[in-house]
Amino acid sequence: MSTLEQGLYELGRLDQAAGADTPVHRLDPRAKVVTTLVFIVCVVSFGRYSVIPLLPFALFPIVLASEGGITLELIGKRLLIAAPFAVFVGIFNPLLDREIVARIAGLAISGGWVSYASILVRFVLTVSAALVLIATTRFNDVVLALERLGMPEVLATQLLLLYRYIFVLAEEAMRMTRARTLRSFGRRGMGMRVYVQMLGQLLLRTFARAERIYAAMLGRGFDGHVRSPRCLSFSAGDALFVLGWSAAFVAFRLVNVPQLLGSLVMRLGS
Amino acid sequence: MSHHTIDVESLAFDYPDGTCALDGVSFHVGHGESIALVGANGAGKSTLLMHLNGLLSPTSGTVGIGGTPVTKGTLPDIRKTVGMVFQDPDDQLFMPTVMEDVSFGPANLGLPEVDVLRRAHDALDRVGALKLADRPPYRLSGGEKRAVSIATVLAMNPAILVMDEPSSNLDPRARRRLIELLGTFEHTKIIATHDLDLALDLCERTIVLHEGRVVADGPTREIFTDDALLEASALERPAGLRPCAVCGSAAGNSDGAD
Repeated sequence: MSTLEQGLYELGRLDQAAGADTPVHRLDPRAKVVTTLVFIVCVVSFGRYSVIPLLPFALFPIVLASEGGITLELIGKRLLIAAPFAVFVGIFNPLLDREIVARIAGLAISGGWVSYASILVRFVLTVSAALVLIATTRFNDVVLALERLGMPEVLATQLLLLYRYIFVLAEEAMRMTRARTLRSFGRRGMGMRVYVQMLGQLLLRTFARAERIYAAMLGRGFDGHVRSPRCLSFSAGDALFVLGWSAAFVAFRLVNVPQLLGSLVMRLGS
Repeated sequence: MSHHTIDVESLAFDYPDGTCALDGVSFHVGHGESIALVGANGAGKSTLLMHLNGLLSPTSGTVGIGGTPVTKGTLPDIRKTVGMVFQDPDDQLFMPTVMEDVSFGPANLGLPEVDVLRRAHDALDRVGALKLADRPPYRLSGGEKRAVSIATVLAMNPAILVMDEPSSNLDPRARRRLIELLGTFEHTKIIATHDLDLALDLCERTIVLHEGRVVADGPTREIFTDDALLEASALERPAGLRPCAVCGSAAGNSDGAD
């Protein structure tokens, strides 16, 4: 399988997971979107040297994933795909910031390493929360939630169509790639020049398809508004979900929970 | 609209790049008629269909639906009357789920939500795709996609059905099922197709297009046995009208029955 095919398959798996039916899946998408946003804001608002106080936040993606029947593999694999970005963003921190901030068992830890660790922890937390959201909420529900929360309708329509046609476009690209591979022998035909031409070709095909889709929409009375028959209902349980988790995040943000637990244990021990 | 008729008067169309796609096409389709539109690739079939619901505007000539001329002002009414099924279901199915896609048309007609859902439900039921309602279109097979595409149009209760290559890319059984389904529709139908056997089964009348002109217009069986005409318009006799390859029995005894 080519990497493109693999990618398509992976996207399909996430999409399939989102179609399941668990208490987490049944939550109103707005509740999940808002809670995830609060989560992300809280996580990124910490100071650059925070690592330990961030750890309690892991509770949110872990609880949601286990309640929603999402496997660690599903989330972990995708985290790895995005990981290089986070790994390289902070890679120079240890070199630039050499001030010693702590000593653990005689080992001097510089500020750079701490801030690098902080970046990685934040990356894992925020991206896994976003992945869990996507894996427990169908994409169109996420878009619908965003729209109800005030995102412009044009943008919502764009996102819906983007998601719908990503599969069609990727399949088209895949067929072109296959056709090229089959008629390229060794390195010939695999060069940059052909690649650029293929991209151009794909763009033109996309234009042509967009035109046909628009014609199909006009044919069925499209007037600039997509009217969806779906309705959302925000229940008391949803409100509880948002408020409960948000309160927890704010508490985690204000109180250093691991430190508190640590001193509690120490006091009990003494 | 009570008269489900189509009147095309000396219709001509040039694409912006100068290609002349239609060159003086005229015909009349009566209420409840079922017409096959055949012709080689590039004969102008799709271009002609696009004029029937105003997706293209003629360079010259006129198109009338049920006595109403197709103009900018009448477009909303025309599109309510003429339901068009495109060749590639992926172009037709643009919403996230089958149900939403089928509801798209009725919702745009401004119907109350209950009616929208009922119509979508009925249309899906009609094509036998009710169980697919919550699936995203990219998870359907070719035959399922085609059935749903037809449902999206049926949900708008059109008086006239226009179809571009409805049987392309279907396996034999899906094709047979499609033909049976289309046979149950009482709409006025125009079907552009290369599948001459399908035309033979469904359409009593055939219009042959060649290089943007109508070269023949008459009973399907007569046209498909006119070898000189077929040859001149780059077509071939359908299998159902050829002598049997195995036993050599005479042509034309098939009435479309398998």
